[in-house]
Amino acid sequence: MPRRTMIEAIRDAMDVSMGRDDKVVVYGEDVGFFGGVFRCTQGLQAKYGKSRCFDAPINESGIVGSAIGMAAYGLKPCVEIQFADYMYPAYDQLTQEAARLRYRSNGDFTCPIVVRMPTGGGIFGGQTHSQSPEALFTHVSGLKTVVPSNPHDAKGLLIAAIEDPDPVIFLEPKRLYNGPFDGHHDRPVTPWSKHELGEVADGHYTIPLGKAAIRRTGSAITVLAYGTMVYVAQAAVEETGIDAEIIDLRTLLPLDLDTIVASVKKTGRCVIVHEATLTSGFGAELSALVQENCFYHLEAPVARVAGWDTPYPHAQEWDYFPGPARVGRALLETMEA
Amino acid sequence: MADAGMLRFHVPEPEVRPGGTPDFSNVTVPKAGSVPRPEIDVDPRTIRDLAFSIIRVLNRNGEAVGPWAGLLSDDELLAGLRHMMTLRTFDARMQMAQRQGKTSFYMQHLGEEAVSCAFRKALSPGDMNFPTYRQAGLLIADGYPMVTMMNQIYSNEADPLKGRQLPIMYSSKEHGFFSISGNLATQYIQAVGWAMASAISNDSRIAAGWIGDGSTAESDFHSALVFASTYKAPVVLNVVNNQWAISTFQGIARGGSGTFAARGLGFGIPSLRVDGNDYLAVHAVAKWAAERARSNLGPTLVEYVTYRAGAHSSSDDPSAYRPKTESDAWPLGDPIVRLKNHLIRLGVWSDERHAQAEAEILDTVIAAQKEAESHGTLHAGGKPSTRDMFEGLYAEMPPHLRRQRQQAGV
Repeated sequence: MPRRTMIEAIRDAMDVSMGRDDKVVVYGEDVGFFGGVFRCTQGLQAKYGKSRCFDAPINESGIVGSAIGMAAYGLKPCVEIQFADYMYPAYDQLTQEAARLRYRSNGDFTCPIVVRMPTGGGIFGGQTHSQSPEALFTHVSGLKTVVPSNPHDAKGLLIAAIEDPDPVIFLEPKRLYNGPFDGHHDRPVTPWSKHELGEVADGHYTIPLGKAAIRRTGSAITVLAYGTMVYVAQAAVEETGIDAEIIDLRTLLPLDLDTIVASVKKTGRCVIVHEATLTSGFGAELSALVQENCFYHLEAPVARVAGWDTPYPHAQEWDYFPGPARVGRALLETMEA
Repeated sequence: MADAGMLRFHVPEPEVRPGGTPDFSNVTVPKAGSVPRPEIDVDPRTIRDLAFSIIRVLNRNGEAVGPWAGLLSDDELLAGLRHMMTLRTFDARMQMAQRQGKTSFYMQHLGEEAVSCAFRKALSPGDMNFPTYRQAGLLIADGYPMVTMMNQIYSNEADPLKGRQLPIMYSSKEHGFFSISGNLATQYIQAVGWAMASAISNDSRIAAGWIGDGSTAESDFHSALVFASTYKAPVVLNVVNNQWAISTFQGIARGGSGTFAARGLGFGIPSLRVDGNDYLAVHAVAKWAAERARSNLGPTLVEYVTYRAGAHSSSDDPSAYRPKTESDAWPLGDPIVRLKNHLIRLGVWSDERHAQAEAEILDTVIAAQKEAESHGTLHAGGKPSTRDMFEGLYAEMPPHLRRQRQQAGV
């Protein structure tokens, strides 16, 4: 099976979708001729023409707002916001319009759009190239929120998102674009070609939205993670030698609660890891759900390891990023509790 | 550099406040028939004047004059009059229903009936409007059932939107009327996107965006103009300048731009200004803009100069911020009276027939209201089920919503 980077897998997902359905259109800033600042749309304009893949003005509300109009017409726009940090001008369109169109019109109009956004830190991106705003989407009724962690999933989830009849926020951890990253910034990065999840089948396949993946089976503790933190958790587990079960959530909303609950009931312990800031982050929702559903099975308080409640700094990148050492400490403390 | 002294902060103020004498001497009203009618493929740069004038057809004597006249038959004009009268009667009944506690909220179109009623007749089947909350004439003029509108207003068991939406936030794909949202200006860029999609699909249908004077200050107004300009989208961008955004006079949104139509010029979009109380002028300009869009010539911006004669909504009292008699002084008059006088002048209408039509329309609206009320009103009779609250958010209900629906006991 061919190996692809996450960038190539995402591009392949759009290529496959555009080839199968001429209603799929792709646009955003620098997305057309140039092929995107991360190369995710390279070659699509040449292959499908300017009416299927094109450059947009620098106006996020315009990109999402026009996509909603296109979806109301009957197209399936897959648009890009260059960085998740720049989605805020489109937040009105996403939360008040895309999310509610089906509901408020009782199905008279629907909004099958995908909004792709590179997300996450660990790249010296500073305050506005590192944010993880997923909790601002999971709090919105009517949206679906997806965060892939590897090329195989990225392709299958993106095709599923494009085919989904509802609006999907597709957050791509840019730190994982070229290879997995476990937080050990002082070690050489391995490319996806060396990783089994870099194997990406040709052609069409989907990974259903709303289904988590168990990355490591274990019996001592459950780790809930997504995006880059899946690899950080794996490193922390290896380094502490704890027999942890690592769940890659993949879709945050709808959430695969069954997989989470089954695991925590088995292990009796739970650590939640995300890059986003702690307070009111998605980890708070996960923690509450675990507590509500697994209270009598819990042997220790649910722990959260997250970004600090500060804007994402530049120089202090590795003091901010929740690396394997911090995750490892939380694992040990939760085991000892 | 000379000392210029202290800076002073500028805040525009309307000419008159409550207690003052209404004064529209600052509104320059050109003679009917005096503004030229360019070809639809005109170079936008050569018609910049049209963004600063007012296209008018009906003169003081009720005659249709000038190059924008002569597009509508007597029957079409009579139908237009009936649509406007129906909307006005509908408004009055629903305003009263709100006062009677049958619904929570209503917004009238008083004085603006010509804008949406005449515009609808310039479109073709399949075209899509992206209206605000003050274009129900698009539905009335397209034959959308009044009973269905009232069911929505009453949030009753027959409400097509299942009680989820505030009154008057209608939706009808079939009638080319996009779902209304409470968020101002959002639909303006969506209209452009719909039009882009039609062009991408090599379709022949066009879109129309709608916005009020106040909401042009929203950033999505700018987004829409940029995208429409960039992609030459087949869209008519309508600005209904009724002088007021709740209590805020139009000068706060307009600033020093002269007119709202002038906003389009910087985007290279042909921009016209039209007498919004002149049914014939509204229709003629809308037709011109629609033909431009359909001929792949790109977007047109149209500013309808009108006056919001009623309160902003059933929750508003305009006497707190403008003279009570200001609408009487409005120099462009009343759209229904003006079309009525034109039809009388043409010899196809009379005061007697008008009074008779008023009575007939009132009967029709009351009959519709009775039928709607048989399905319930907000606090009495049939209502949408609690279960409907959970349905239809996603194509398929996700597990967390199923759990919440069970918790709610439905």
